[in-house]
Amino acid sequence: MMRIFVSKDMASVALGADSLAEAFASAGCEVVRTGSRGLFAIEPLAEVETDEGRIAYGPVGPNDVSAVLDGSHPARIGRIEDHPFFSGQQRFTFARCGVTDPLSLSDYAAHGGWKGLETALGLSPQAVVDAVKASGLRGRGGAGFPTGIKWQTVLDAAADEKFIICNADEGDSGTFADRMLIEGDPFCLIEGMAIASHAVGASHGYIYIRSEYPSAIAAMREAIARSATKIAPFTLEVRVGAGTYVCGEETALLESIEGKRGEVRAKPPLPAVEGLFGRPTVINNVLSLAAVPFILAEGAQAYAEVGFGRSRGTMPVQIAGNVKNGGLYEIGFGVTLGELVNQIGGGTASGRPVRAVQVGGPLGAYFPPSMFHLPFDYEAFAEAGGLIGHAGITVFDDTVDMAHMARFAMEFCAVESCGKCTPCRIGSTRGTELIDRIVAKAPRAAGTLETLPQMRNARTAARSHEEEIDLLRDLCDTMKHGSLCALGGFTPYPVLSALDHFPEDFGSGHALTEAAE
Amino acid sequence: MTFTREKDFGTPEATGEAVSLTIDGQQVSVPAGTSIMRAAAMVETAIPKLCATDSLESFGSCRMCLVEIEGRKGYPASCTTPVASGMVVRTETDKLRKLRRGVMELYISDHPLDCLTCSANGDCELQDMAGAVGLRDVRFGFEGANHLEGCKDESNPYFTFDPAKCIVCSRCVRACDEVQGTLALTVDGRGFASKISASQGEGFLASECVSCGACVQACPTSALIENTVIEKGTPDRAVVTTCAYCGVGCTFRAEMRGEELVRMVPWKEGKANHGHSCVKGRFAWGYAQHRDRILNPMVRNSVDEPWREVSWDEAIVHVASEFRRIQNSYGTRAIGGITSSRCTNEETFLVQKLIRQGFGNNNVDTCARVCHSPTGYGLKTTFGTSAGTQDFDSVEQADVVLVIGANPTDGHPVFGSRLKKRLREGAKLIVIDPRRIDLVRSPHVEAAHHLPLRPGTNVALLTAMAHVIVTEGLVDETYVRERCDTEAYGEWAAFVSDPARSPEAIEELTGVPAADVCAAARLYATGGNGAIYYGLGVTEHSQGSSTVMAIANLAMATGNVGKPGAGVNPLRGQNNVQGSCDMGSFPHELPGYRHVSDSVARAQFEQDWGVTLDAEPGLRINNMLDAATDGTFKGIFIQGEDILQSDPNTTHVAAGLAAMECVVVQDLFLNETANYAHVFLPGSTFLEKDGTFTNAERRIQRVRKVMEPKNGYADWEVVQLVANAMGLGWTYTHPSQVMNEIARLTPTFAGVTYDVLDQRGSVQWPVNEAAPDGTPTMHIDHFVRGKGLFVVTDYVPTDERTGPRFPLLLTTGRILSQYNVGAQTRRTPNEAWHAEDRLEIHPHDAENRGIRDGDWVALRSRAGETTLRALITDRVAPGVVYTTFHHPDTQANVITTDFSDWATNCPEYKVTAVQVAPSNGPSDWQRRYRAQADQSRRIETAEPAE
Repeated sequence: MMRIFVSKDMASVALGADSLAEAFASAGCEVVRTGSRGLFAIEPLAEVETDEGRIAYGPVGPNDVSAVLDGSHPARIGRIEDHPFFSGQQRFTFARCGVTDPLSLSDYAAHGGWKGLETALGLSPQAVVDAVKASGLRGRGGAGFPTGIKWQTVLDAAADEKFIICNADEGDSGTFADRMLIEGDPFCLIEGMAIASHAVGASHGYIYIRSEYPSAIAAMREAIARSATKIAPFTLEVRVGAGTYVCGEETALLESIEGKRGEVRAKPPLPAVEGLFGRPTVINNVLSLAAVPFILAEGAQAYAEVGFGRSRGTMPVQIAGNVKNGGLYEIGFGVTLGELVNQIGGGTASGRPVRAVQVGGPLGAYFPPSMFHLPFDYEAFAEAGGLIGHAGITVFDDTVDMAHMARFAMEFCAVESCGKCTPCRIGSTRGTELIDRIVAKAPRAAGTLETLPQMRNARTAARSHEEEIDLLRDLCDTMKHGSLCALGGFTPYPVLSALDHFPEDFGSGHALTEAAE
Repeated sequence: MTFTREKDFGTPEATGEAVSLTIDGQQVSVPAGTSIMRAAAMVETAIPKLCATDSLESFGSCRMCLVEIEGRKGYPASCTTPVASGMVVRTETDKLRKLRRGVMELYISDHPLDCLTCSANGDCELQDMAGAVGLRDVRFGFEGANHLEGCKDESNPYFTFDPAKCIVCSRCVRACDEVQGTLALTVDGRGFASKISASQGEGFLASECVSCGACVQACPTSALIENTVIEKGTPDRAVVTTCAYCGVGCTFRAEMRGEELVRMVPWKEGKANHGHSCVKGRFAWGYAQHRDRILNPMVRNSVDEPWREVSWDEAIVHVASEFRRIQNSYGTRAIGGITSSRCTNEETFLVQKLIRQGFGNNNVDTCARVCHSPTGYGLKTTFGTSAGTQDFDSVEQADVVLVIGANPTDGHPVFGSRLKKRLREGAKLIVIDPRRIDLVRSPHVEAAHHLPLRPGTNVALLTAMAHVIVTEGLVDETYVRERCDTEAYGEWAAFVSDPARSPEAIEELTGVPAADVCAAARLYATGGNGAIYYGLGVTEHSQGSSTVMAIANLAMATGNVGKPGAGVNPLRGQNNVQGSCDMGSFPHELPGYRHVSDSVARAQFEQDWGVTLDAEPGLRINNMLDAATDGTFKGIFIQGEDILQSDPNTTHVAAGLAAMECVVVQDLFLNETANYAHVFLPGSTFLEKDGTFTNAERRIQRVRKVMEPKNGYADWEVVQLVANAMGLGWTYTHPSQVMNEIARLTPTFAGVTYDVLDQRGSVQWPVNEAAPDGTPTMHIDHFVRGKGLFVVTDYVPTDERTGPRFPLLLTTGRILSQYNVGAQTRRTPNEAWHAEDRLEIHPHDAENRGIRDGDWVALRSRAGETTLRALITDRVAPGVVYTTFHHPDTQANVITTDFSDWATNCPEYKVTAVQVAPSNGPSDWQRRYRAQADQSRRIETAEPAE
C-alpha cells in the first residue's frame, strides 16, 4: 500500500488538504497526516513515499490523485529537501515539522525526540541552565532576553512551587510559527518545557494558547495526554485565551491564567521572581522552549555556532503579506532583510515593486527597500529604529498608503489596549484622531470651547500641519517612554517609521503652504 | 486648626533593612522594599502621582511618577520601583517634565473643565498635578472621543459616582479589593472604553458595595465624592475623634466647615482602623442633626400626660428632689441608675460616682449586662482580666482564626476587613455559627471548616474540641506546665477526655458531624498562631460564662495566650462597652473591677470622695425591674440606653418601668424607654463633647468636641448638674479632670492623661509604671491572675427547649447598616439597606408552613408574639430562624425569654423556642404598643406669647 503524507496544519487545511487526504484514502493509500512543511505556495502538498525518499507534488487537488500516484503529475517537485525554499534552511526547531505524524510518540522518538530531555535529566539543573546560557538562546517572543539568565533567576529563587509557562498567544498579524509548531510537532514543545521544569525545579506548566487556534489547542491537549508518563512528575495543561491581544504580554497572561482581567502588571517584580500566583515562573515563547531540545541534544555549541553578533542560533522567520513565497523559513541570524523578501520570498505576489515591509508584527517598524541590507539581528534592528519581534515579516507593494498604516497602528493599539496605563489608553485614541486630521490635511482649528471668552489660556489660532506632525511625534514619545508595556510602548515604531521613511504619505508642507496662500 | 490633608507617601510602608540611595542629590536611608516614591516623600520630595496612594499597593498605571535612575534604561515608575543600595535617582529633568506634561495633556483631553464649580475644587489631585506639571495647552483639543456624557450614579445615599470625572486610576477598585475586601468594583471594558463598574454594572446601591467609603476616600478626583461635600463645600478644619458606633473604635478626622460637619474621614494614624471605615462611622452620622433630636429638658407628672418643656434648672431640681423624696419614703436603695456604653469613660465614671457617692448605694448597672458580662466574668476567672488579650494588629500574625458566635463583616466591619485581608494572605478560618455568615464563603475567603451547630450547644462543641486536643496529644504541655495551674489542668483534662464529651458523643446534640469537629480542633491546635474571636453568640446564652471559659481553656491548652497572632478576643458590641465596664458600672465592682466588698479599694474611693460607700453589691438591671414590680424600687436614672427595646422580655421591662415613680431618661431621642419616663434630659452626641472611649482591644482613644452641644450641655455636665443639685459639690470644668481622677483611683489607668493620649494617639490599658506605653498584648510572661486557670465546663442544656408548640429555635443578630436598637442608624439614609427586620427561615421550614418570601409571619414564643416579614434563605439551617433587632416596630425582644447566664444574668437572646406561621399583619401587641408609644411621645406646645 502506498504511504502518502499530507499536512493537517490549519493553513494547509484552509488550502484544501483535507479533501486531498480523503481522496488518497479513497484510492486505497495509507495517508499520514503531518504538520506543514511551511511553504504555502506549494500547498496542498502530497508526498509519496518511495525508495528514493518522499517525492512531493504540489499544489495538487483531489482530482490529481491518480496522476500523483503514477508519477505523471506536472506539479512534481521531487524531494522536498532539494526545493530551493528548503535547501537553504537550517531547521533546528522545525526539523520534524512536516515530516512526522505530530501525535505519534514513535515517530517523535524515531526522529530524535526526547534526546534533549534524556540528556538534561542526566545533568544537574545548573548544568542545564548553563547549557541554555552557552547556546546564546534569546527570547523568541520579541524581547530577546537571554533565556538562560531568566531560567537562572527562577532556579535561584527559593519557593515551594514554581511554574513553567509557554506563551502561545500568538497574536501578531503575519506570524504563525507557534501555531505551526504546536500543530506539527507538539512533543518538541513539551520536551522543551520538561527540560525547563528540570532546570528550574518546577512541577507544573501551562501552555497559554489563543482561542483562535482550535486545531493547535486540540493537538496540544492530545499530545499532553499521550506524553504524560514521559514527562512525569512534571504536569502540563492548556489554558485558552479569550481573544485579547494584550494577554500575549507576559504579565497580562499571568493575570489571565489566574482568572483575572487581562491587565498588564507593573514590573518589578519580575515573573521570574514573583510570577503566577506569586511564585517564580519561567515564561517563554513557544519558539524559545522548542529550541531547547536541540540545544540539549546536539549541544549548546552546535546551536551557538550559527548566528550573527549577539543573536545566536536560528530564527523561524515567517514571511507573509503581499509576497510570492509566503511561509516559514528557519535560518541562522544574519540573513539580510532583502534576501528574505526578494530571494526567499520572491518579491510581491502582485508583481509590483516592494514599497515597505513591516518586521515584528503590528508593533514593528516599517522598512523601505533602501534598508534591505539590514542583517536579521536584534541589535542591528534596534539600531535602525525597529525590532525583530516574533520574526514576522509582512510585505507591502507600492500601492500601500503608509499614513493609513500608521493610523492602523494607533487604531490597533486603541482596540487592544488593556486600559491600565494612560499613554496607551488615551494616547492611542488621540493618535488615531490626530493621524486622521493629518491625512485629511485638516489641522485642528480652535474648538468651540477654546474660543469661549472664559478660556483665557486656550490658543485660538488654528494649528499648522507641522504642529500636528510635532504633536504626533510628542505623542509617540509619551507612549514609547511612558507606557507600562510593549503594546503602548511599541506602537510608536510603526507610526514613526512610516513618518520617517514615507513622509510624503503624510501630506507635504508645500501643499499646505499653497493652500494657505 | 487649619485644614491640611493627611500626608500621602504614595505606597505602603516597608520594613526591610536600611538601604541608602541618592534622590536629587540628597542622601536618603529607607527600609529595603520601600518604593522610590515613598523614599522621596520621606525627604519631602513630592513626585507627581495619580494612581498611587499609601493605603494601596503600588499599581503603576498613571505614569506620572516616572523618574530617571543612573545606569538604567528608560523612565521607570517610582511607585513600582523599589529602592536599591547606591541608586542615584533624579525626579525632575527636562525629559521627565515633558513626559509628565504629555501624560497630563492626555488626561485633560478627556476631562471636564469646570474645576471652579466642581465639588472637589481645591481637593483634587488631578487639579494639583495639572498645576504641578505646568500644563498650559491641550493640543489635542477637547472635541475628540471622550467620556463626558457618562451618567452620574446617585443611587447610593451618601456618595455620587460621576464617570465623567473618572481618570480610571483603579484606586477605587483596589481600595474595594485590598482594604475593604468586598471586591464589589471592577473595571468594565478595556482600553479607552474602560469604566468603573459596581458589580455587573448594577449601580452602587444595587451592587455588592457595602458603602464603606474606601473607594470615595481613595478617589483622587470628584468621580467618587461624598454628597455632603457636594452640598456643603470642602472642609476648612479637621478634628481627630473616635467613632461612636461599635467596639472597633475607628478614629476619624471630623472635617468641618465652621460649626458644620462636612464629612468623617477615617484617620490613617488610627491604630484600630488604620484609615478604614464602615458605612456607619463614615456616613451615618446624620442622626446628630436629625429633627427628632430633643434639645430641651422635659417633665411630666405621669406617663399618660404629654411632655412639658422646662428649663434645665427646673428639670435638674425636679430630678434631685424626686430622687431624694423617693429615698426618704422608700429607703436609700430604692433608686439606681444605668450607665451607657455609648457615653464616654468620663461620663460613665461620673454616673456611677453619682450613684455610689450621691445615691449612697451600688444600684448601678450597664448595658454590658446584656452583652459581654460573661466575658468579664469568664476571662477574669481564667486569665485574671476582664478583657480581650490582643490588639487588632495581632490578626496580621494569626495563622488560624476561630470565629465563634460573631459576624465581624456585619457587626465589626472594619475588623472584618482586616481579618479578610489576613485570610486572603493565607490564614485558615474556622467558623462556629448556626448561620452561614458571610465569612464562611465570600470572594477570596472560604472557611476551612464551618461548624453550624444548633443554637445553645456552644459548650458541648467547644468541650468536644478540647476532647480532641487532649486525647490526641495536641496540648502544648510545656506552656501548660509553666503558665497554668497544673492541678486545675489535670482536673479539666480528665473531664474533657471522658468519651461522653467526644465529638461523636455530642454529634446528635450539636448537629455538627464529628469529623468536622475533629478536623477543626486539630487545625486550631496545630496550625500555628491560633486566634479566637467571639461575639454575643457566645455570651448571650444561659451558659455564656461557661462558653467564655471553654474558649479560654482551648487557648491555654494550645499555648495561644500571651503572644501576638493568638489570644482570646471578644468583639465588643458598643463603642465604649469595655470602658463602661472598666469604669465600675457593675453593681458589685468599683472602677478597675475591684469588688465593693474590698475594703482597701473602697477606702481609696471613700477618701477621695469624702463619703462612706455601701459595701453591699447593688441590683442588676433585671433585679431593679423585679424590685420595681415588687414595689421596693421606685426611681431610676438611665443615661443613653433604651432598655425597653434592647433588654429581653419587653413586657417585663415595661411592667417594671411602669411601676416606678421617677424614671429619668437621658438620650438624644425620645426612645422606647422614654415612653415610661417622667423626666427627659436631652443628651449630646459624641461630636459635642470631649472625653475618651475604650474599644474592644482596651485602647483608650480621645473623643474630641467638634461643635457645641446642641442641647446646651455635654452629658458629663448634666450628670454634674444633677450631682450638685443633690449636694455633692462637684467642680469639674473639663473631662480631663475626670480622667485624672480615674487615673488616681484605677491602677490599670494610672498612666493615662489627656496629654499622653494627645501625644501617642491612643494607649491600651494597663497603662502604669510597669507599662507606661500601654499593653498591646496581655499575659505575655504570666497571666494577670498568676497561673492560668482551667475551668471545668459541664454542658447544661438551656431550659428553653423546642417542643411541639415551639419547634424552631430563634437566634438574633445584627446587620451591617443598622446598629443595635437603631436609634441612630434608623435616623440616617442607612434605612436604604435595611428598612425593616426580617425573619430568616430555611426553605424547608417555610414550605412546610406555606410561607413565601416577603410574607408577613407571626413569630410566637412562650414570652410573646410579634409579626414581621419572612426572608427565605438557606443561610440558616432547617429548624433555626434568625432575625435582627434594629426596629422597634418588630420588637424581637417581645419574643425573647427571661432565661439568662447562670453567672452574670446576661440574657439568653440567642436561643428562643418559637413557632412561625403566616400572618396578616402586626400583632395585637404591636398595634397596642404603637398606639401607646404615639400617645406617650406627645409634647405640649407652649402657648404663643401674646
